[in-house]
Amino acid sequence: MLETRGLSMHFGGVVAVDRVDFSLRENELRCLIGPNGAGKSTFFKCLTAQLRPTAGDVVIRDFNVTGSESHQVARMGVGIKTQVPNVFDGLDVEENIWLSASQSTSVKRARVITTEVIDRLELGDVRKTQLGSLAHGQRQLVELGMVLAGEPWLVILDEPTAGMTQDEVVRTAEIIQEINRSATMIVVEHDMQFIRMIARKVTVFHQGRILIEGAMDEVSSDERVREVYLGQRKSA
Amino acid sequence: MKRTRETNALVSIGIVGLVVLFAAPQSLELFAVISLTTAVSLAILALSLGLIWGYGGILCFGQTAFFGIGAYAYAIAALNFGGSSSAILVAILVAAAVAAILGYFMFYGRLSDVYLAVITLTLTLILYSVIRRTSGPEYKIGIAKLGGFNGINVPPINYPWDSNHFLFPEQVFYVAMVALLGSYFLCVWLTKSHFGRVSMSIRENEVRTELLGYDVRLYKLCMFTVGGAIAGLGGIMFANSIGRITPDVFNLYNAALAIIWVIIGGRGTLIGPIFGALVLFYLTSFLGQQSVVNINLFLGLVLIIFVLVVPRGIVPSVVQMWDRRRSRRMTARSARKFRRRGRTRVKEGGLEE
Repeated sequence: MLETRGLSMHFGGVVAVDRVDFSLRENELRCLIGPNGAGKSTFFKCLTAQLRPTAGDVVIRDFNVTGSESHQVARMGVGIKTQVPNVFDGLDVEENIWLSASQSTSVKRARVITTEVIDRLELGDVRKTQLGSLAHGQRQLVELGMVLAGEPWLVILDEPTAGMTQDEVVRTAEIIQEINRSATMIVVEHDMQFIRMIARKVTVFHQGRILIEGAMDEVSSDERVREVYLGQRKSA
Repeated sequence: MKRTRETNALVSIGIVGLVVLFAAPQSLELFAVISLTTAVSLAILALSLGLIWGYGGILCFGQTAFFGIGAYAYAIAALNFGGSSSAILVAILVAAAVAAILGYFMFYGRLSDVYLAVITLTLTLILYSVIRRTSGPEYKIGIAKLGGFNGINVPPINYPWDSNHFLFPEQVFYVAMVALLGSYFLCVWLTKSHFGRVSMSIRENEVRTELLGYDVRLYKLCMFTVGGAIAGLGGIMFANSIGRITPDVFNLYNAALAIIWVIIGGRGTLIGPIFGALVLFYLTSFLGQQSVVNINLFLGLVLIIFVLVVPRGIVPSVVQMWDRRRSRRMTARSARKFRRRGRTRVKEGGLEE
């Protein structure tokens, strides 16, 4: 239901994503991993129409979204969370989530959804707190809540656990698995521990291409993957 | 509790507005009424900028362009139609249309804030130099001569049912005041609506709003167009108060002045810019009579002081101070009560002994 065909993205002479063919089935939970600079985030931005690919197509539910605007992709029912917490710092938790809910539904129903989401993420205590004064991990959680409030059928998350404490990571993993019951998901991450908690099928990016695709055990025992990650660590 | 305080504030603003509306022409001399009308028209301009900048996050450095276009369009239309009622409508529509066309290219072209400020400023400066050069009799629209730097004599507003019956300056003041109050409450309603809240979320974070599925370009365009229409209305009232409209309305000084009103009055509020415009209008005209200090020097100083010391502007700072004082007074009161209660208890204890 989501497919890319020969997707490429060049920045000047740099090839960030190189002819990627990727496909996703309904209700799948797919993790995209890879070392820094592998092209994960660029790929993510192409999927969500934040970047217009140099070549190739992105097709979501038989609809070619290449060249669309981000809000059009979002309106199809795609929930998107970016790498840096992208929230409204001047507004409180409730307003943040309400704004997301009220995009696709009536004001009345939006209020119900907002309450549901806040309860589900146990954010009741900070309901009226401005986002700017919350801890990083909590802001991430609120952003996840905003994604949920849109009631999406496809959810694309870019590094949802960045900057979270261990407890928050565990909770996020639970939430992601819960979301996956009703929605197809793509999670871009490079925290391998977190990937192990949630992953079934993993796609490894390396130098703008798909290195390998398969079950988590299969991938983590692959020689090439180890090399890529160890090589990264050596140089770091 | 916050809700009721807000309602109280709105009601008191409405009452103050009505009192000024009816009391001013009764108690002031004619000249004072006319200059108050000018001040009110400038306050409408300030309000329009306060709306799009404070709530929409659109820094328009040339809001005076729409103000001036409204004034010119009114004068030209009123001369040609031989009446003011439809001219007012036409002028507002023209100002809104120019804002919409310009806005379309800026927002759908995804220009960043800095370019937006530069382009809007350029527009007003272009209008300034073009209209200054239209002195000859060949420059006319219908029967209205543009008049170059001398401008156009503006026919005053007439009764809607009788185009030979012009309004007196006092009556023009009533119209201007109603226009200000009307636009103010329109803006209040707009900022409370779903549209307004989405606009504020765009101001906070554009990418996020877009990723939630809102068409950011459309929201900004609507905001900008409404701002243009309100500025145009201000221009109509301005032209009526002075009775003449000249290209000076488009100059750099006035463009900067509008920004200064909003900064000093308080960005992110609607009453702040109105307040800022009124205060500075009277302050500068007072200083102009004194000829003690150079007005521009004074304005520059005021702006610098505000940016450094009161960056949020008068209104938000006063509200904050008020809140703090009240909460302090409330804690003091409860502390007193507590102490008194303690004392009586001691007394009672004494009696028992």
